[in-house]
Amino acid sequence: MATQHSRSAARLMMAPAVILLLGWMLVPLTMTLYFSFKRYLPLRGGDQGWVGFENYIRFVTSSSFWPAVQATLVIVGGVLVITVILGVLLALLLDQPMWGQGIVRILVIAPFFVMPTVSALVWKNMFLDPVNGLFAHLWEVFGATPIEWLSQASLPSIILIVSWQWLPFATLILLTAIQSLDGEQLEAAEMDGAPPLSRFGFIILPHLARAITIVVLIQTIFLLAIFAEIFVTTQGSFGTRTLTYLIYQRVLESQNVGLGSAGGIYAVILANIIALFLMRIVGKNLDA
Amino acid sequence: MARTVTTRRKAINTALAWAIGLTIFFPILWTILTSFKTEATAIADPPVFLFFDWTLENYAVVQERSDYMRFLWNSVIIAGGSTLLGILIAVPAAWSMAFVPSRGTKDILLWMLSTKMLPAVGVLYPIYLIFIQLGLLDTRIGLVIVLMLINLPIIVWMLYTYFREIPGEILEAARMDGASLREEILYVLTPMAVPGIASTILLNFILAWNEAFWTLNLTAAGAAPLTAFIASYSSPEGLFYAKLSAASTMAIAPILILGWFSQKQLVRGLTFGAVK
Repeated sequence: MATQHSRSAARLMMAPAVILLLGWMLVPLTMTLYFSFKRYLPLRGGDQGWVGFENYIRFVTSSSFWPAVQATLVIVGGVLVITVILGVLLALLLDQPMWGQGIVRILVIAPFFVMPTVSALVWKNMFLDPVNGLFAHLWEVFGATPIEWLSQASLPSIILIVSWQWLPFATLILLTAIQSLDGEQLEAAEMDGAPPLSRFGFIILPHLARAITIVVLIQTIFLLAIFAEIFVTTQGSFGTRTLTYLIYQRVLESQNVGLGSAGGIYAVILANIIALFLMRIVGKNLDA
Repeated sequence: MARTVTTRRKAINTALAWAIGLTIFFPILWTILTSFKTEATAIADPPVFLFFDWTLENYAVVQERSDYMRFLWNSVIIAGGSTLLGILIAVPAAWSMAFVPSRGTKDILLWMLSTKMLPAVGVLYPIYLIFIQLGLLDTRIGLVIVLMLINLPIIVWMLYTYFREIPGEILEAARMDGASLREEILYVLTPMAVPGIASTILLNFILAWNEAFWTLNLTAAGAAPLTAFIASYSSPEGLFYAKLSAASTMAIAPILILGWFSQKQLVRGLTFGAVK
């Protein structure tokens, strides 16, 4: 269909986007790589020469590394489990006939549109605050001592806030997937006397497998990078310092650019491993 | 699905779904309600839900003390500018990939997607340094460029999936009738592509509006958008529930409304066409 002429025109039209993204990827990444092999402290002596892999070793052997890995895994894992399980249940419910379905959908999706700094601050002050928060009032109603959520239960608090933000995303995608399910197949199973649970287990869940995988992969990439939620709540204290936050602190707060850059390279490698799986799925879909 | 359902079953579904929906929405509702309270009512014990003296005072105070409109304007410029710039760059790219695909198209698309996966924190210092060198730190134009770049893969992908749904035969017919490439784009393709482009603009405006890594780290007083303005309330001296709520309500209201129109595009845009 395409002539030689339109081919070269097409290349020209693609060029700006490709060149910009190439620059956006290569220039900063090369700089990070460069800094990661240097002892570089902008406020304390500047560039102090090459140090080989010292930063890479120091980043993983520092006392804050493993707690950060742990915090990251707990937050990402916790949010994934909560959003996927509740997302499937909620999507199943929203797929049922009911009155006011459109409005309920809007109510459920709304948190996704709230900017991260707003949701973090609203939760922090108006719900989790140990004196004036609604949870504190609720605890008092039952005669319990209010919990200092962000210090005593810091990780669950962050998981709660982030899950609230991402549940709509999981629900919406899973709902879209459920709606593409062949209704006749379900009806046939129903007529053959398959109980609801086995209809769910043998027809709906396998159909949702791909959508769930996509939700998990995309959310993982975004969840590994959560920043504002921690920045405005705990600032990384009380065990909520994730890898992203640790790198941020190394680079901007303690201005140890070499060390932070080595951490950054680890983060890039980690994200790429996950992205590889995601791209395999998306790529398959392109061929179809 | 044409299944017959008893009224009782439908009523149970409705009650359950509404209860869950309202619970999920409650933090937003509570924020909106609190924004109309006085500071004293906002921290009343026990909490007051609906029966209080509604006041608009907080909205006036937020504007007066912090010049809220300036932050709002920054958000509009940054989100709008990055989206429009992204569209200008992405439309030709997506068009050529959708209608003149070559063997490399798929690889280019996937590679673009991979740049979206780049963790921001990994390139924070280089970008910071480049911004200082170019005098872009705390400028709107700097953020327009960065947010355009981080959303460009999504824009290209969304447009690509929309353009691919336009039947190629129409373009061939136009070509047979002697339409030039320019005419083809202007008179045949554009009218059919407008809805897709509009949806893409909508979703990316929302994403840029809510972006809170680069906006927090690359701005100070001058170019700070609403994300950074709200974050300034996290320091204790800014801690006034009613005012925080008023500022929050103003920051999220426009996007909540736009968001309602973009539910479908959200799925397409954020799953890169893998779920439709």
